[in-house]
Amino acid sequence: MSSRERILTAVKNNQPSFTQLPVVENYVQPFTDVVEKYKIVLQSIGGTVHEVKNVDAIIEILKVQFKDVQRILSVMDAFSDYAEMYTKNDDPHKLDNVDVAIIKAHFGVAENGSVWVTDDVLHERVLPFICQHLVAVIDKTTIVATMQDAYDKIAGAQYGFGTFIAGPSKTADIEQSLVLGAHGPKTMTVFILHHQS
Amino acid sequence: MQNNNKDHATLATAFNADEPRVDWHDETLWFVRQKRDKAVNVLPEWEALRETASQIKNNVLSNLNAYLLEFEKNAQQNGITVHWAADDKEHNQIVHSILQKNEVTRIVKSKSMLTEECHLNDYLKQVGVDVVDTDLGERIVQLANEAPSHIVLPCIHWKKEEIGELFHQYLGTPKGNADPQFLTAAAREHLREKFLTRRAAVTGVNFAIAETGEFVVCTNEGNADMGAHLADVHIACMGIEKIIPLQKHLGVFLRILTRSATGQPITTYSSHFKQPRKGQQLHLVIVDNGRSRQLGRADFRNSLKCIRCAACFNTCPVYRRSGGHSYHTAIAGPIGSILAPNLDMKQYADLPFASTLCGSCTNVCPVKIDIHQQLYKWRQVLVKDGHAPTAKIIAMKGMAATLSSPGVYRLAGKMGRWVVKHLSFVVNNKLNPWYKQRDLPASPDQSFGEWYKKNRKNPK
Repeated sequence: MSSRERILTAVKNNQPSFTQLPVVENYVQPFTDVVEKYKIVLQSIGGTVHEVKNVDAIIEILKVQFKDVQRILSVMDAFSDYAEMYTKNDDPHKLDNVDVAIIKAHFGVAENGSVWVTDDVLHERVLPFICQHLVAVIDKTTIVATMQDAYDKIAGAQYGFGTFIAGPSKTADIEQSLVLGAHGPKTMTVFILHHQS
Repeated sequence: MQNNNKDHATLATAFNADEPRVDWHDETLWFVRQKRDKAVNVLPEWEALRETASQIKNNVLSNLNAYLLEFEKNAQQNGITVHWAADDKEHNQIVHSILQKNEVTRIVKSKSMLTEECHLNDYLKQVGVDVVDTDLGERIVQLANEAPSHIVLPCIHWKKEEIGELFHQYLGTPKGNADPQFLTAAAREHLREKFLTRRAAVTGVNFAIAETGEFVVCTNEGNADMGAHLADVHIACMGIEKIIPLQKHLGVFLRILTRSATGQPITTYSSHFKQPRKGQQLHLVIVDNGRSRQLGRADFRNSLKCIRCAACFNTCPVYRRSGGHSYHTAIAGPIGSILAPNLDMKQYADLPFASTLCGSCTNVCPVKIDIHQQLYKWRQVLVKDGHAPTAKIIAMKGMAATLSSPGVYRLAGKMGRWVVKHLSFVVNNKLNPWYKQRDLPASPDQSFGEWYKKNRKNPK
């Protein structure tokens, strides 16, 4: 008998009698303004957040925030005048020198400040991890309250890889001292767009 | 592990030799426990989430065979190569064979307690594969040739000055620099070179979803993603109990996991691996290693509901004051003390006794495992099966004989009181472990029984 069969047989013989799955409820949250909540939470976990009207307003802010950097990459066409466009999969190792990556996220989650991104919009999975600074753009109307609402949105979506990103990469492994920029981005800036760009 | 022949009490005594350090360790972990409290107390539905998570896990255990088959089928359809390992040895061999096929001799690995349980690093070292742990805390203990002492905070027992010295020795940082920001930056540079040059990455798995055939890996540092997305070969290792039925159940588990672990609302990254990257191989090793046996133990199967948040570690008065290494097993703390005897009853017979049974672990567990009750039940199993220390067996037998005979009981009480009063050195000495942290109370002249007899005869 193969290990697979041995394991599956042992599990079948030893598992307890069947119990039903519970009904999973979505709970009403104590906050009503999801945008305000999103901003508060993202800032509390080390992120920066701006509410803006359009892409020009984003570029104005980025020009000040990242005035001395070498390589700014964008997967969003709207930034073609400002950043190097990134559209195809190629050797992910070549992204090692990216200072700023601008990505489009599908939506934000108010309770934890995260954004949801998938590989079809990233083009290369490592992009939001390998860059020194991450910039994500979300539409204001897409912010949901909780992770449970988030999975209602994700249900049925096709992706090979997807991730929730909540703030800059961080560690507190040395005596519980919080340090931003463990292996991934040292900063994360989220722009909440009021109108579809 | 290096502590194979010593029991928890002996190792805890060694840890307790440096009292200020024990206090520091205790306070650091209690700080994490308090962060957890702050994070969960703001959620009105916290208890409902715990109950839902617990019921989902109960369902998983009751239907695990079907879920494993469903998960395997969907994962394979997604292009993931699924392997099955009956035990630690087979797990290590499978990982090695994948590396051999791809002619890889240097890998990066992100945190996986399963690979610690299987001693993958030791195995790969013996067969000539160089492993670099990429979680900062794990890299620190790896450089020091130690095992992690905590499943979420691997080097919680290390002081920053010691880490500064370690980095000075291995990474060439300036001597005497113990600034966490500076040391983290040095590790970032050191490990980025590894991410960029190593062709295979091993990661753990937090959740595997039967419905979709995807698995989720949670990190704060982004090290699992850096490794996996830059490597040609990604090998993920999971125990059979990591399965959850539906994708939407992640909405429940990701709400409770990190709040329980560190008090954050979520980890920085919650990455969903469904298909291999174009041109990449994605392997998944599903490991039993005693789990199906534990599933058959009615009193202990609930331990398989564990999501490895370590809330029970941080709250445990024994863990906080004895340190993770005193448990001499990969998964320390209260939950580890239930899991370890299943792996080897004789070797880990001491662990269920390394608890006050105060129940704090059970109160904080986000999936409602009855941890302290299982510890109590293990004690009964271990004593019955003859795994209790000889001194304890003799003492228990003596106690049983004394308590079952009123005459012997009264005589023993009288003798005891006389000894404590007149020959206190007989018990107040280093041979009596009870006396180590305690003072004996003053001995009364008579027992309550004697007092009652006397006073009842002379009513006022």
